[in-house]
Amino acid sequence: MASRNVNNNSIFKSVDFFTIGIYLLFVILGAFSIYAASYDFDNAGIFDFSEFSGKQFMWIGISACVAVAILLIDSRIYEAYAYPIYAAILLLLIVTIFIAPDIKGSRSWLVLGPVSIQPAEFAKFATSLALARLFNSYNFRLYNIKNYLISITIILLPALLIIAQHETGSALVYFSLFIVLYREGMSGMVILSAFISALYFVLAIKFSETSVLGIETGQFIVFCIIIVVMISMLLFYCKSFVLARNTALFNIGAALVATILTYFGVTIPGYYYFAAVISISILYILFNLFKEKIKRVLITVCTALLSIVLLFSVDILFNHLGPHQQMRIKVNLGMVEDLRDAGYNVNQSKIAIGSGGFTGKGFLKGTQTKLKFVPEQHTDFIFCTIGEEKGFVGSAIVLILFLILIYRIIFLSERQTSSFGRIYGYCVASILIFHVTINVGMVIGLCPVIGIPLPLFSYGGSSLLGFTILLFILLRIDASRRERINYN
Amino acid sequence: MRKDYKLEKRKYFIGGIFTLIVVLYLVRLGELQLFETKYKESADSNAFFRKTIYPSRGMMYDRNGELVVYNQPAYDIQMIPREVHDFDTLDFCKALQISPDALRKRFADIKNKKLNPGYSSYTPQTVISHLTAQDYGRIQEKLYRFDGFFIQKKVIRQYNHIAAANVLGNIREVNKNEIKRDNYYAAGDYTGDLGIEKSYEHILRGEKGQEILIRDAHGRIKGRYNNGSLDVAPVSGKDITLSLDIELQKYGEELMQNKIGAIVAIEPETGEVLAMVSSPTYNPTLLTGRQRGKNYRELNNNLYLPLFDRSLMAAYPPGSTFKPTQGLIFLQENIIDSNTMFPCFHGYVSGGLRVGCHTHGAPLSLKPAIQTSCNAYFCWGLKTMLDSKRSRYGSVSDVFEVWKNHLVSMGYGYKLGIDLPSESRGFIPNSKYYSKVYGENRWSANTIISIAIGQGEILATPLQIANLCATIANRGHFITPHVVKAIKGDTIPSIYTQPRFTTIDTKYYNEIVEGMRMAVTGGTCRMANIPGLDVCGKTGTAQNPHGRDHSVFMGFAPMDNPKIAVCVYVENAGFGATYGVPIGSLIIEKYLNGEISSQRQYIEENMKHSNTIIYSGIKKR
Repeated sequence: MASRNVNNNSIFKSVDFFTIGIYLLFVILGAFSIYAASYDFDNAGIFDFSEFSGKQFMWIGISACVAVAILLIDSRIYEAYAYPIYAAILLLLIVTIFIAPDIKGSRSWLVLGPVSIQPAEFAKFATSLALARLFNSYNFRLYNIKNYLISITIILLPALLIIAQHETGSALVYFSLFIVLYREGMSGMVILSAFISALYFVLAIKFSETSVLGIETGQFIVFCIIIVVMISMLLFYCKSFVLARNTALFNIGAALVATILTYFGVTIPGYYYFAAVISISILYILFNLFKEKIKRVLITVCTALLSIVLLFSVDILFNHLGPHQQMRIKVNLGMVEDLRDAGYNVNQSKIAIGSGGFTGKGFLKGTQTKLKFVPEQHTDFIFCTIGEEKGFVGSAIVLILFLILIYRIIFLSERQTSSFGRIYGYCVASILIFHVTINVGMVIGLCPVIGIPLPLFSYGGSSLLGFTILLFILLRIDASRRERINYN
Repeated sequence: MRKDYKLEKRKYFIGGIFTLIVVLYLVRLGELQLFETKYKESADSNAFFRKTIYPSRGMMYDRNGELVVYNQPAYDIQMIPREVHDFDTLDFCKALQISPDALRKRFADIKNKKLNPGYSSYTPQTVISHLTAQDYGRIQEKLYRFDGFFIQKKVIRQYNHIAAANVLGNIREVNKNEIKRDNYYAAGDYTGDLGIEKSYEHILRGEKGQEILIRDAHGRIKGRYNNGSLDVAPVSGKDITLSLDIELQKYGEELMQNKIGAIVAIEPETGEVLAMVSSPTYNPTLLTGRQRGKNYRELNNNLYLPLFDRSLMAAYPPGSTFKPTQGLIFLQENIIDSNTMFPCFHGYVSGGLRVGCHTHGAPLSLKPAIQTSCNAYFCWGLKTMLDSKRSRYGSVSDVFEVWKNHLVSMGYGYKLGIDLPSESRGFIPNSKYYSKVYGENRWSANTIISIAIGQGEILATPLQIANLCATIANRGHFITPHVVKAIKGDTIPSIYTQPRFTTIDTKYYNEIVEGMRMAVTGGTCRMANIPGLDVCGKTGTAQNPHGRDHSVFMGFAPMDNPKIAVCVYVENAGFGATYGVPIGSLIIEKYLNGEISSQRQYIEENMKHSNTIIYSGIKKR
């Protein structure tokens, strides 16, 4: 083991300058975009501290100091103090709920004299450290239910506290850490089910205003998908050709009969029809249970039944959302056109990006952002400014750079000698993936409006500092990966 | 060191999913930025407020440089509906002196897509037009309180002389069809209606300018875009010099008061129309300003049809003024020569048919026939052409076509092509017409004999009759009549400078000219015999189905090197000599001498104070 001195000198030789390069590029591009977004006719200079861009440069300076400090600290400190840091942040989150002033309904800002910080931004790296520490503990594998529960608790605790601060968007970020669980052995079925549940939800809501066979079109489509998924699972998962074929034939026959009857004017009650065909299918499968792989067939049946339960809970869930959340979802699914309220931001943001064309209007020439048509243009909607002033070329380059950064982080994670480094790296990747996907998706009108920043670009000291710490801890761990002794 | 290679493969899945998302987003960016143009337009309409600057409309001068039509600023209150917020309606109404109900109705009308098909809450809509200077002053002080409202300066027409409304036309707001047809126009713009304003719209209107202002999301103007470098200055419309002599026009209108009819005076050498009177006429200022709609409705409903320009829209039987054309055709076709005599026994009698005539010496040749306006002479001429000499041409249809083509070359039967809208083409039948009415080869000269004396099916506009007179004055050619003499910085269309020759030899015209001179010196138009002016003339007394005969006169002067050719048409005024000749001779005298000699002033007085409208059969409501 090398001496501490040597370690400190060599850190700047072994640190990953590629990632640092992208980081620097992003923060500087970000500051210029913020300057462009808040530029006014009687504007001050880009470094003026009364302007957003000036403040952002100040935060960049602070972040740079913090980054250097992080690189100078021994990497083992992060693992050793992972739990205390996590506990401290949780405490800070709890305190925040009670002492933070109410700002537009959210209690997430701690006001410390001239600056306000948002503890939720720092909970990300703390949670990542704690999760990495957990997975690096002796003989920890995702084998038993207890380990799953511990991991999920570590992930969800900060999320719940943040929800209590009324920052639902920031809380959703923690769900991205399930990607880490997937990497570490969680079944892909979980991710698939989550995806299918989301699909059911979207379909059921989107097509809830028309009806087929007396039931909502959305429900009709989902019923059909449930049957198709059931048959596919029988075929590919249970590897039972006979069961799949017979179930399929029965369902096709039933559908044909129903179609013909409908054609001749017979009204078929939709719920009864699906209740009948699905229960007959399931009874048939259960009857043949012992001829096949019992566990897999049971899972298939349970999937179908759970899907039905899920389908009926969609309405209940949706009706429990607040009216503005319902509206946001409806606007996003294209069900209602609302250019005044929920849809206004997204519409103006699409106009800003769309008007950029191939090469953009040029730095400081964007009219949409200059004239304040896009709300939150220097924070959550910063990508608009890039789209409008730099055009397709600029926005594509930014997106591709994010893609390269994610590839690089995955590469860094996989080359770690310890689980701690690898899992921490995947946490960083997952959080970035979630932020970029949701933020850019929202700005270009593909995702619902969830107020989370674009990493390293959006204005905001807490966000920039939070992401800097998140990223540079990874770089520090990576820089000393060769010295580390694997505990396992 | 533990490595689970099966799990490590999952990095490809995680990376792959994010790659997929990025690709999807790139496709979406491409869709928004490369393939969809509406966003660019939306951004522009968000950020740019394009304020139209209206050009000054071209002015009109008469042939002597006298200003006739000019502009006066008018102010419209416009609004951009989506920028209008709650405002003090009462204060607004008080400033504009309208009732809140009227304002409410106006707003409803603006938003009614049927009445206002171009409605958009993003574009300026006119709330109230033609504010007076006082109203403008009052509202301007308060306007800052009413978000979304602004003042648009426009121009309305002013008239220096209350005359020639039928020729000048007027301007009105464009309608939806015009907006659709010509993308120059936007709702609320003005366009020419009737007269020169309509036919020279493209010359007069100029080009609108545009000021591009930048505004923010709250509608606040933040300055000029690019320091105004993309602003377009308006281009004023071109000024027009009319061929009209506005004093002569006014004099003609004065003579025609209380009469229904028209006067057209043409300078034969150039085809320039010197005066174009349609009676009854109206005050052109009625069709400007806020009362335009109401006044227009009233004029339109007026039983005497003041908006109907009789000088070029009314197709009348030309009566005896048609006879010179017949003489010319017969001479050209060798049916007669200057010595050919035809009998007249108080009329034309042939095959049981009789066309009456008045007392004069008989038999007679062409010149005396013109002088005395003998009906029989021209009937015999047509009968000879259509019946006796038919073998020269073939069938009666063939010879009739020859006859018709000569008339068409003289400007009859088709629009002459004057630079005014809605010209009538009159009517000259062709052989097909008669074959349809009477059957193929079942008609001959006697069937249609009244066309020889300008009756029957023949119809002509006063403009066509005046043009015939100009053609005779020119001895065989004319230049298409026009009312615009020159356009500042432009040329008038070449059709108004090129002579059009008739199919009749010049030498034959002298016969007609001499006959017309004899009619003045010792025939039907003796009242036009003004010493020193050598007037040549021809009267007409046109029978018509509407009551008393129309009184017609055409004449030109001087006989050599003529300066003016005139046609006067007075409905239901009896003999050509009673109204047509006096009015026509006064016009000639006024134009050539500048004043009426003292011996003839009684004629002027008589004409000004006589009333023939009472014979029109139209009862005032």
